[in-house]
Amino acid sequence: MANFYTDNPDLRHHLTHPLMEKIVALKERDYTDAEKYDYAPLDYADAQDSYDKVLEIVGEICGDIIAPNAEDVDHQGPRVENGRVIYADKTQENLDACRKAGLMGMAMPRRYGGLNFPITPYIMAADIVSRADTGFENLWGLQDCAETIYEFANEEQKQKFIPRVCQGETMSMDLTEPDAGSDLQSVMLKATEQPDGTWLLNGVKRFITNGDSDIHLVLARSEAGTKDGRGLSMFIYDKRDGGVNVRRIENKMGIKGSPTCELTYKNAKAVLCGNRRMGLIKYVMALMNGARLGIAAQSVGVSELAYREALAYARDRKQFGKAIIEFPAVYEMLSVMKAKLDASRSLLYACARYVDIYKIYDDIAKERSLTPEERKESKYYSRLADALTPLAKGLGSEYCNQNAYDCIQIHGGSGFMKDYACERLYRDARITSIYEGTTQLQVVAAIRHVTTGTYLSLIREYEAEAVKPELQSLKDRLIAMTAVYAEAVDKVGSVEDTAYGDFMARRLVEMAGNIIMGHLLVLDANRTDSFTRSAEVYCNIAQAEVTKHSEFIKNFAPAEIAAYKVD
Amino acid sequence: MSLNIIVLAKQVPDTRNVGKDAMKEDGTINRAALPAIFNPEDLNALEQALHLKDANPGSTITLLTMGLPRAAEIIREAIYRGADSGIVLTDRVLGGADTLATSYSLAQAVKKFGNYDIILGGRQAIDGDTAQVGPQIAEKLGIPQVTYAEEILDLKDGFVTVKRRLENGVETVKAPLPCVVTVNGSAADCRPRNAMRVQKYKFAVSPSEVAKLTDRQKEIVENRPYLQLQEWGAAFVDADPEQIGFAGSPTKVKSIENVVFTAKESRVLDDDDAAIEDLVKELIANHTIG
Repeated sequence: MANFYTDNPDLRHHLTHPLMEKIVALKERDYTDAEKYDYAPLDYADAQDSYDKVLEIVGEICGDIIAPNAEDVDHQGPRVENGRVIYADKTQENLDACRKAGLMGMAMPRRYGGLNFPITPYIMAADIVSRADTGFENLWGLQDCAETIYEFANEEQKQKFIPRVCQGETMSMDLTEPDAGSDLQSVMLKATEQPDGTWLLNGVKRFITNGDSDIHLVLARSEAGTKDGRGLSMFIYDKRDGGVNVRRIENKMGIKGSPTCELTYKNAKAVLCGNRRMGLIKYVMALMNGARLGIAAQSVGVSELAYREALAYARDRKQFGKAIIEFPAVYEMLSVMKAKLDASRSLLYACARYVDIYKIYDDIAKERSLTPEERKESKYYSRLADALTPLAKGLGSEYCNQNAYDCIQIHGGSGFMKDYACERLYRDARITSIYEGTTQLQVVAAIRHVTTGTYLSLIREYEAEAVKPELQSLKDRLIAMTAVYAEAVDKVGSVEDTAYGDFMARRLVEMAGNIIMGHLLVLDANRTDSFTRSAEVYCNIAQAEVTKHSEFIKNFAPAEIAAYKVD
Repeated sequence: MSLNIIVLAKQVPDTRNVGKDAMKEDGTINRAALPAIFNPEDLNALEQALHLKDANPGSTITLLTMGLPRAAEIIREAIYRGADSGIVLTDRVLGGADTLATSYSLAQAVKKFGNYDIILGGRQAIDGDTAQVGPQIAEKLGIPQVTYAEEILDLKDGFVTVKRRLENGVETVKAPLPCVVTVNGSAADCRPRNAMRVQKYKFAVSPSEVAKLTDRQKEIVENRPYLQLQEWGAAFVDADPEQIGFAGSPTKVKSIENVVFTAKESRVLDDDDAAIEDLVKELIANHTIG
């Protein structure tokens, strides 16, 4: 009878952030849907009550069904028979429970049968599901591909596909190919237009998560003879039409319940989604931003489980006549884990709120033209979302790996055995810093916000927020760190050498991330006392990290890169 | 074929997490100290009802519960999972009922309800553990009963086919409709609450709960009849005052004892697999494990 939502009061803290009132009012168009739909909220309190009730369902399913199934799913895994994926038995049970509970298409508008949830509570559900079973979070979380259909497909396609997702059909995004991983411009899957306006897809895709899904978004080359991203378009393939088969599934280290497929397309009929040539440059970018936020949530869920498993073991395990949690070496590890967990979660939800605002404005702009103030605000939040998404994904996934590592360390020799959940989550954690863009690629996405000053101006805004007197000293330390960060940014910026800039990018991005997360935790502590400990611990971590990177940058002459370059 | 299904359910104290203040001095349950929940086997019964509804579109499920006005909570729980409506049978004069008076009162409510095809309920409630109410209702209504049901296999041509879970195996029986089926805890778990239904029905209230709503919510309830749960009293179901509540309850609790098993004898087993297997079988058979 566990409930992964109600047992974690930190979630409600983030759900009830002051900015939510604005987000929900915008999302619900000042609650006018209540006239049309019998399940639409009457006001802000009613909407919050609905999110709370629905997340309670998510928490209950996760605690009672998905988490207890996770070990079996990890052992059994999916298999391929006659070109089709057969999920592990308990994966199927998990999916059935989510379908019956109506937890698919959560963020889709009501007119297509969705719950019309803002991104923030939807991402919270992903956070909870990931704690229960990281691999299953993929299958469930791929519902956010429907967002791409909603944003870019035509009305007929929306009416055809979105209600099916809300009813529980699964999705996949078929992007990667054997020779096109991080470099999606090299996608070769061939799309040929037919006289009736539909397209035929031919070729191979690889590493496709849930590749035997009901509805696929497919990136393919529609412009014969082109070689770069401008020749790629986005297609929707409906499994009911046939033509795509699963050749094999990968034998992976972790997230074993989530089938990673190699797909063959043989004259698979598909429809064009949006405009030709915009597949990679516009739609995949939008899709990836959503997916990256999803992985950030997945990472936080893993961190949560890692912390809980480690804490429970450290309280229980006795050595030298006392519980090991009483030893400074152990409790330090635990409090650092908690601080990283809390920091990455705060960043996740700050990012989710910013995504919410600009996406809702984008949606409103389809109904009426935005006022100049609204346009300005939308642009502002869009930029912040763009800046925080790679930080939340990049740093959150690294933290979850560190927490999974420490979780095993606290278990000692037992953690190395297959007897405890920590070994599974250690394996599951590993992919988070790789897929949907490696941490290194998140740095590439984030660095322009270092150089253009997005992070610095956001930090200045956090500095301007008043906090309780007892938190002032933490804030002062963050202000001092920001001076160090700004100095490092200037130093790196003053050298006109691309290789040097790329070499130092990771350090600058991490510094910005450390300071931003420090501020977010101070603001959390300002609102809810229980965050004070993590704010203190995290400021110590952040200060040490910022100092370390600053020293490295200060002492490093650009010519020294030669010592690192490996042929 | 659309069916009229009644599910009998009870709101019970959660005896699975019993603390030392769970029982009052007089041996009755201290309901205030324990959270009130949907009796677990009644949820198994609800799932069987929902299964019938899935297979027979157009069917309706009405939850019938006797208890305090707050028992409307479990009606909402049932509606969130797919039931259509509910009735709380509540009245001061119904209080203090044993199984005889309870089954009489519920049978009266079923008669008042009228047209029904099948009545489902949990095998027993976790607060009393008697398993008497379902069978007694069937007797009072003069209809067949199937107990220990694990799965309703089929319902057609005026008959229901049920798999029963017995001590040493299963038995499949067929009964004419209407009948009472009491469902065992080994049956399928109830499906989860549905996110859309939770939002649609969260203001579903019984008349005595209306007061706690805001004006806007009251207006919503007034305009949406499906949010109006029913509350029935003893007189409404034509109950004989002599047969309900304390007056209608011959059962009197004399005393309550905390039984601690004190058997001390030990047995030496042979050091082989067969002996261990025999012991495990014995322990399963006498319900020590399993």
